[in-house]
Amino acid sequence: MKIVAVCGAGVGTSGILKVNAERALARLEIEADVTASDIASLATTAADAQIILTSPELVDRIPPTWADIVVVQSYVDLAEIEQKLFDALG
Amino acid sequence: MPLPPLTPASIRLGAVVTDWRGAVRAAGDVLIAGGSVEPSYTQRMIDVIDEFGAYVVIAPGLALAHARPGDDVRADGLSLVTLAEPVSFGHAHNDPVSVVIGLAVTTADAHVTGIADLANAFNDPGLVPALSMATEPSAAIDLILQGTTRDVS
Repeated sequence: MKIVAVCGAGVGTSGILKVNAERALARLEIEADVTASDIASLATTAADAQIILTSPELVDRIPPTWADIVVVQSYVDLAEIEQKLFDALG
Repeated sequence: MPLPPLTPASIRLGAVVTDWRGAVRAAGDVLIAGGSVEPSYTQRMIDVIDEFGAYVVIAPGLALAHARPGDDVRADGLSLVTLAEPVSFGHAHNDPVSVVIGLAVTTADAHVTGIADLANAFNDPGLVPALSMATEPSAAIDLILQGTTRDVS
């Protein structure tokens, strides 16, 4: 399973989302490869991804994709991230 | 090398700004003063928000101002600014912003865990108001360290 965390610059915010998604997946006992990406590289980085994690502000910029898009409001709220990943994967 | 620690010199409390650009500039000014970045980096942080919107407001009341690595980043750097009056960044859920973290990194994968641990301290909804009340940088650092150690899992 591949999950891509997206932000505008591909550093900083997407890194936080990546780390917290990995922690949430560990709690859910789900094996997945999580990478951080910027929007511009998404067509490549998310080509084989099942899930794209992003902010409400960036949803409209995500190019057409087969992946499920999961929108996270607070990047630091592990409970929110865990619940949304559980819903998307369940 | 770990993420540079927050020091009293990397913190500015009660900055008076009128809009989000001023808030980002304040965070950039601290990075510049610390020698981490050249002045053009501040404008690049503003450009990210102009281009992609307010997604940098990653939690209620907290913005993580940053841009890509570049020639104007001399060393990894971190700054923290509290605002005398909160400002709106235009985020649907997490406005208004009272605390801005400025981040500069020399490589894209640097320090993601350290940055996440720092950010996760802000999962405590009490931290932003507590920081807004802080009058001494050392007190602000203590508040964040308490939250950081509590959150590490």
